[in-house]
This record gives sequence, structure tokens and C-alpha cells, in this order.
Amino acid sequence: MNAAKKLASAIALAAVVATPALAGPDDDNLMINEELNMVTETAAPAHLQDAFDTIYSGWRFRTDETQALQIDDFENPAMIFVDQALEYFETVDGTEGKSCSSCHEDGPEQFAGLSATMPKVIGGKLTTMEDLLNAHRAKAMGAEPWKWSGPEMQAMVALIGLQSRGMPMNVAIDGEAAPFWEKGKEMYYTRYGQLELSCANCHEDSYGMMIRADHLSQGQINGFPTYRLKQAKLISKHNRFRGCIRDTRAHTFAEGSDEFRALELYVASRSNGLSVETPAVRQ
Amino acid sequence: MQLTRRDTLALGLGAAALTLLPFRASASLADDKIAEFTGGAPVGEGGVTLTAPEIAENGNTVPIGVEAPGAVSIMVLAAGNPRPEVATFNFGPLAGAHSASTRIRLAGTQDVIAVAKMADGSFAKASATVKVTIGGCGG
Amino acid sequence: MASGVKPRVKVPKKASAGDTITIKTLISHKMESGQRKDKSGNVIPRSIINRFVCEFNGETVIDVTLDPAISTNPFFEFEAKVPESGEFTFTWYDDDGDVYTTSKKIEAS
Repeated sequence: MNAAKKLASAIALAAVVATPALAGPDDDNLMINEELNMVTETAAPAHLQDAFDTIYSGWRFRTDETQALQIDDFENPAMIFVDQALEYFETVDGTEGKSCSSCHEDGPEQFAGLSATMPKVIGGKLTTMEDLLNAHRAKAMGAEPWKWSGPEMQAMVALIGLQSRGMPMNVAIDGEAAPFWEKGKEMYYTRYGQLELSCANCHEDSYGMMIRADHLSQGQINGFPTYRLKQAKLISKHNRFRGCIRDTRAHTFAEGSDEFRALELYVASRSNGLSVETPAVRQ
Repeated sequence: MQLTRRDTLALGLGAAALTLLPFRASASLADDKIAEFTGGAPVGEGGVTLTAPEIAENGNTVPIGVEAPGAVSIMVLAAGNPRPEVATFNFGPLAGAHSASTRIRLAGTQDVIAVAKMADGSFAKASATVKVTIGGCGG
Repeated sequence: MASGVKPRVKVPKKASAGDTITIKTLISHKMESGQRKDKSGNVIPRSIINRFVCEFNGETVIDVTLDPAISTNPFFEFEAKVPESGEFTFTWYDDDGDVYTTSKKIEAS
């Protein structure tokens, strides 16, 4: 990037990140249902140590009122959708006359730990939870695929994710995953859009600062799908990626694209060590 | 139609006035609702507690709580919303306390008002200003 | 709206007779305010839950009138007296005439 371009993007960033006011992580401790202690702050994973000493959950950047919505499952509006997913789990759909529970007789509990390791490479393909669900719907149930960010899909992703709540995020980045991870990393540091902003400009260089009236977090995805107060529903990881890239005034990638799969793996790896918070509540 | 710079400016001003109008007008709308609730009786201060955040991260979901020992009912208003009514809590014989919490929508920074009707027919009021922030990117 | 409306209530299973307990309720509902417009500029008609009632053995605990300023997926928290063993009933009334109910038993000793 030439000097003029660099200056232009610095100004663009300064325009959104108005003041270097302190808006960093608070000191609150996240305990859910008075029993489940969550790791919202831990040493950065090895691959990230050039960028951060410590990684923080997005929960730590929220106001007390927003934080409170996540500390009790009866306060957490996302749980409505988790309840709905429990019904979908038992509902027969497709040509084979089967529900999820026809094969997975032990219920969603048997998936404890799975979401903490997703996305992962299965059969040479980088696979997200959404991919896994639709693959099983097609193969075992003969059912139509669910829309990526549709209410059924994200409710089910949340239900499966909940089974890993409290476990540390632990996605693999080596071996078969390495090329996908490298691609995702490259995307993370690529400046997109007319504002020429990369993920890193906000969530690595500027976390803890204000972006307009909001607190910039590290952009961790250990709580997704997350109930966003703005939309008052569960928001998928890819929907959030799309929103971020759109806000740089760029043509964005599609939900369920290979680009976003790779980015999901890389961003998830930046959360390695934080507790799975699914389903989290954010502003 | 060809727009001149002046026309455009005037349009902008008109739009700005329109945006401001509902907020200004509804201060009296809230007063009307209070009068309706009290039947014009005087409204005292004290005896009602309204809990609301000073700053709301998103106006879509703002947690509030009201409490008025001895109240028959408590009406909640958002003075700056296009329509000020929010909710009215009527307490029955098995209410364990004359208190309740809920989550409300606020169209912008404004006053939230709680008016309690006491068992003796008197009325009391409390209010709190809630700043509603515009989000960053997620807005 | 009727499809997918799902109430959640939290009531302790046991209490001492005469105790005051905390109840939390959450129900899935869009609470369409009647203030929004669709992409072609037409007002999206109001469709909300307009009343919520909690009773214990037929006696009222709380009776709430809801207006469109109540958030999507309405949440309430309130206190109830438990004079004896019995059943709490929770009823939500939708603008479209639908009524959603659920109940919870409590044992008072």
C-alpha cells in the first residue's frame, strides 16, 4: 500500500474509531445459573501471541445490563430458541420418516464437546456445524436443507453449541486444517471495502476503544449463535461476518461460502482457550 | 423536477423537523396518558421506585423495574416514544410484592415514567432518563 | 403469529406456606409494533401480545397490560405469595385472538 492510501485508510479508521477512550474489558466474572464458571479471559493461543497477550470474551465489553441477560438461562432470550430446537430434534422431517432423535437416541447431550472443535475438516472439506446439520438432514432424513441463517438452523446450532458451554474452544489449525486456516488468516488481515478496513484494524489494533458509542471487542466468536438485542433473534457467525464486511462498504461474501468457512476457522482459533458461551447475548 | 441546493437544504430542514416532532409532541402525549390514568388527581413524588439503566446499549431491549409498596397498579410510560404507553402492571391479592421487571423499547434517549395508583386512591410518580446509544457498526 | 410461540416460566418446585417466591416468564413473540414499514413503505400492522395474567389457584397474582413498547420475546419477573400447595397458571393474550397458557405446580409445606 502506498503512503497516500495508507493515510486515507488511517483517516477512515479514525473517522469510525473516534476517540481512544478507555472502553476495554471490565473485571466482571461470568458465572451462569450460579454454577457454571466461564473463562472470559485467558492467555492468547500460541499462534496469536504476536498480537495479544490475553484474549477476552465479548461479554466483558458489554454493560452490566446486557451482561445480566446471559448469567441466568431464564433471563437469556436465546433459550426460547434452544427450546424450539429441542422440538425440532424430535420432529420427523423428510422422505425417510426420521427425526434427529431417530438416530441420535441419547439426545443432544451426546454432542457435548463437538461445537468446541468446529469448524473442522471432514473428508477433505472444511465443515461447519451448519454443514454438518444439513448433510445429516439430506443423507439420513431425506429432508430439505435448512437456510444458513434461518431460525431452525440457528436454533439447532445453538442447541448443539449449548452442550459444549463452559468447555474451552479448541479448533484444530494444523494438518488438514492448515491450508483453510491460512486462507482465513489472510482474509482477517485483508483490508476490504471503501473504508479499507480489515478485521484486524478494529478487533486487533483497536479493541477496547470506542467505535461511535460502542465498545470494540476482540471479535471473538465463542458465543455464537448469539442473541443480538438489535435483531432480537439468534445471529449466525456468517451473518455477523457479512455485517462487518458490509460496513466497510465492500461487496461481501455469502453466508455459507468457502471464504466465510475459512474465516470462521481462523476467527474460532483466535478464541481457543475461552469457554464456549453459546448462546451468548450481545447488544 | 430539478433540485437546487436551496431546495435540498429546505428538504433537509423539513425532514429534520419531522424527525424532531414526534419526540416533542409526545411529551404532552405522556401527560395525557397520566391524566387518563389518574383522572386528573394530583400526582405526588416518592413511594415509587423506577430502576432503569443510565445508558442502554440497544434501545430494542432496555431492562426496567418498578416497585411501589401498597400500589394497586403501576403504569409505565416512555415519554419520547411515538406512542408513550409501555405497560400497566395490576397487582392481585397474591402479589408477593408490588414490583415487576420487564424489557422495553425506547426510540431514543428519553425519560421513562412510572405512575403508581395506591390502595387509598392517591398517585405517585418517578422518572428516569435513559440514554440510548447508537451502535458502532452493528448499530 | 400462533406458530412457534413458546412460553418459558421459572417457578420453584417447593416453598414454605406463606412464602414469597420470584417468578420469571419469557415467551417468543415478534411484538410487531405497528410503527414499522415494509420495503414498499406500507405500515406493517400491529401484532402483539396485549395482556399477560398470572394466577395461583384461581386468584390473581399479576395482570399486565402490554403495549407495543414491550420488547420482542416479552419477559416478566415478579413476586408471588404461596399460601398453600397448588398451581400457577400463566396466560398470554395475542392481538389475533390466540391465547397461550402454561402452568406450574408448587408444593407448599
